[in-house]
Amino acid sequence: MTDFVQFAEHLRQLLGEGEVVTDHERLRTFECDGLAHFRVCPAIVVLPQSGDEVKAVVGACVAQGVPYVARGSGTGLSGGALPRADGVLIVTTKMRSVVEVDVTNQRATVEPGAVNLDITRAVAPFGFYYAPDPSSQLVCSIGGNVAENSGGAHCLKYGFTTHHVTGLEVVTPDGEVVDLGGGKALDAPGYDLLGAFIGSEGTIGITTKVVVRLLRSPEAVETVLAGFSSIDDAAEAVSSIIAAGIVPAAVELMDALAVQAAEASVHCNYPVGAGAVLIIEVDGPRVDVDESLRLVEHHSKFHGAFEMRVAKNAAERNLFWKGRKSAFAAVGRISPDYIVQDGVIPRTMLASVLNQMAKMASDAGVRVANVFHAGDGNLHPLVLFDGSVDGECERAERLCGAILDLCVASGGSITGEHGVGADKAQHMPRMFSDDDLATMQLLRTAFDPAGLCNPGKVFPNPRLCGEVPIRHSASDPSVKTGMGEIF
Amino acid sequence: MTTPDRQGHKSQFVGLGGQRDVVDGVPATSVAGVGTVEALAEVMREAAERKETVVARGRGTKLDWGAPPTRVDLLVDLSGMNRVLEHASGDLIVRVEPGVCLSELQNLLARSGQRLAIDEVVPGSTIGGLVASGLCGPLRLAYGCVRDLLIGISVVRADGVLAKSGGKVVKNVAGYDLGKLYTGSFGTLGIVAEAIFRLHPVPEARVWVTTELSDEHDLARCIAAVTTSQLVASALEIDCPEDGAPLELAVLVEGISVSVERRAQALAHLLGDRHTISTTPPIWWAAIPGETTVKLATVGSDLPRVIGAITEQAGRTGTRPCFRGSAALGLLYVGLSGGSDPRAVAEFVKEIRTVCEEAGGSAVVLRAPAVVKRAVDIWGTVRPIGLMRRVKASFDPLHRLAPGRFVGGI
Repeated sequence: MTDFVQFAEHLRQLLGEGEVVTDHERLRTFECDGLAHFRVCPAIVVLPQSGDEVKAVVGACVAQGVPYVARGSGTGLSGGALPRADGVLIVTTKMRSVVEVDVTNQRATVEPGAVNLDITRAVAPFGFYYAPDPSSQLVCSIGGNVAENSGGAHCLKYGFTTHHVTGLEVVTPDGEVVDLGGGKALDAPGYDLLGAFIGSEGTIGITTKVVVRLLRSPEAVETVLAGFSSIDDAAEAVSSIIAAGIVPAAVELMDALAVQAAEASVHCNYPVGAGAVLIIEVDGPRVDVDESLRLVEHHSKFHGAFEMRVAKNAAERNLFWKGRKSAFAAVGRISPDYIVQDGVIPRTMLASVLNQMAKMASDAGVRVANVFHAGDGNLHPLVLFDGSVDGECERAERLCGAILDLCVASGGSITGEHGVGADKAQHMPRMFSDDDLATMQLLRTAFDPAGLCNPGKVFPNPRLCGEVPIRHSASDPSVKTGMGEIF
Repeated sequence: MTTPDRQGHKSQFVGLGGQRDVVDGVPATSVAGVGTVEALAEVMREAAERKETVVARGRGTKLDWGAPPTRVDLLVDLSGMNRVLEHASGDLIVRVEPGVCLSELQNLLARSGQRLAIDEVVPGSTIGGLVASGLCGPLRLAYGCVRDLLIGISVVRADGVLAKSGGKVVKNVAGYDLGKLYTGSFGTLGIVAEAIFRLHPVPEARVWVTTELSDEHDLARCIAAVTTSQLVASALEIDCPEDGAPLELAVLVEGISVSVERRAQALAHLLGDRHTISTTPPIWWAAIPGETTVKLATVGSDLPRVIGAITEQAGRTGTRPCFRGSAALGLLYVGLSGGSDPRAVAEFVKEIRTVCEEAGGSAVVLRAPAVVKRAVDIWGTVRPIGLMRRVKASFDPLHRLAPGRFVGGI
């Protein structure tokens, strides 16, 4: 049994007084990430200021056999940064500088605590941007993006974090600092450990530096808002737009319930009486964008769009997006509690899966609002319930599990972007066989034979006692302050 | 000829290795052709019981790449696993067996107006070989490389266990992305049983804008002009057919006809007076040069220095290199003739590697005659090699899969 008082003293000697937290009230501010109903108070929190300090902490943890968990801004939605009561939480928020911008080679080097949007802010004056744009990009950290392989609304066209990172500096569970990938160069010889690391949810090491690829900003961007009478029509429109050979930058769908919530919250002025709303964004060279826009309008009208608006300027585009981006939190206005689900289905199955989901919801007597990335079939059903009514929470949870089964049965995935973390570790066997999971463990044990690096995540374990249901409440303090907006 | 104890199994054929069953100069003791994933798993389980070393082969187009294996007890021939299992055109994905030829797959996909956005750099390449080598061509600039388009994979491990990661949907973060680990691993971690890729629509029009460059500084100017423009090139390649010859640069533009035409004109204007615009690629497009081929990776801004070093070392070592590659990505393939003096090649590689590694890049000998391979360091500096060895030991503890073919003797 580790003596944490003594261990904290040891860490203070390594890092300095101000970087080690043991005060219970302060520790409690780190007890959850964006999945606020999983709460564990860490034994110790450290706030290192450099890769060397991360290395020192990991080394100390390994020497003592103490488990450790890394955390960036704490916006994750699967409990990937859920602390261990018997462990150290390594928080990277003091390591947030953009170290270097190299416009000539289209690269930026940043520390793991750097906020996603800070990269684009730093390079926008040169006409470049960093493509992955998770909706939490105002606050989420790049280190967290690397751990979760974050996407965003525009990943349909531009891909995920894994496509935009060319090099990492990592502290391995040995306490060694290693470079994965080629830094600014591509194709370092040997195994693609960079590719294996990104999306490993902090279970095989801690990122201390990230080299990202920068993209040239597109010449033109157009955003269309289209109202449909039903989800079926909107889903058909999406399929036919993509079948026409268009690769939109983003295609987002909201159903009537989600639109109602968004209107109540941010007055986004979406088409009145719509059963479903699509936001479609196209970008690229001017001529291509104009042609894509024409085709988008044609296919939308063909599938029954009764109202279409093209954003006239950036302000109008932002308003279109505001309704979409605030939808999750806005649902708190129409329901006291809700669960955010994250599943993926093949895009062509959108209409049939949504119909099945609606039937399952009505059979269960549970309301479901839908806000999702339609272009890549990434569903975010918001399962509404009232926790103060007996049995409602359980019904909602059962429906959530059934939705994941439906995704897997349709050829999809149990998570498209929120990650497995602590939340879905138990669901992994729905998608992967024991052999599949054992093979993934081969990678983990190669990196972390002692199993000290973010243990209990990703892989199914016996259910921990004291685990509480996964749900979001309209009264979550993090949502109220805007820090926990859930996208 | 067949070995009696292997008869009756589900593999399509088994037998002793013949004259053509050679992996980079190392003859295979026996060969098993498999037609199904079940047969592959069974053959691998048996090989595990016998503690045999195993190398996989598709069409054998890159079997002489990398380092020669230390021993080949069994060559598993995957050319019979050649089915396209699923093409969901509406979802823009395809699921294929490893023995499918890339060119045949492209023909099939083209009927639906789609393609796998990976160039056929080595004619006859199979999907399994693409994954094992990670080899791709000019289109990488716009669409990424093999690992970027691979969304799901099943492999048969050294012990015969079938395991998958990823899936059939592009957006998916469930579990580790082992597809990336397997891509480019030269068959040292498992044998590909099935691969799932993301597809793209075939563009309506394709045009190449080609220009002759006055020197490597002109190259830097042209790369910067294209990459800072908003014209969205699908590829940017350079070619130098022989030492001292002028550099040629070609930019591929794809999309709808009206746009491609305009963008090509705009690009031509950026590149200067000596350009041509064509709907067919330059003859050297998407092929790698030389009987000895060295792949250089560096950052784009360092290319002029690297090219200068190639010229200098060519003179110093008496080699006659040519080179081409994806300049905007900092990748070059240097080709040397098969008859070059092995010691001169080794010296050339060593010097060029130093220049690349100084800039954080690398130089890897992809293929070379046996005498050259014996004289050169194939991989150069590999980091972190200790971690790579542990990954190998975890997946293949007895080092039976393609032993010796990969970095650091893995």
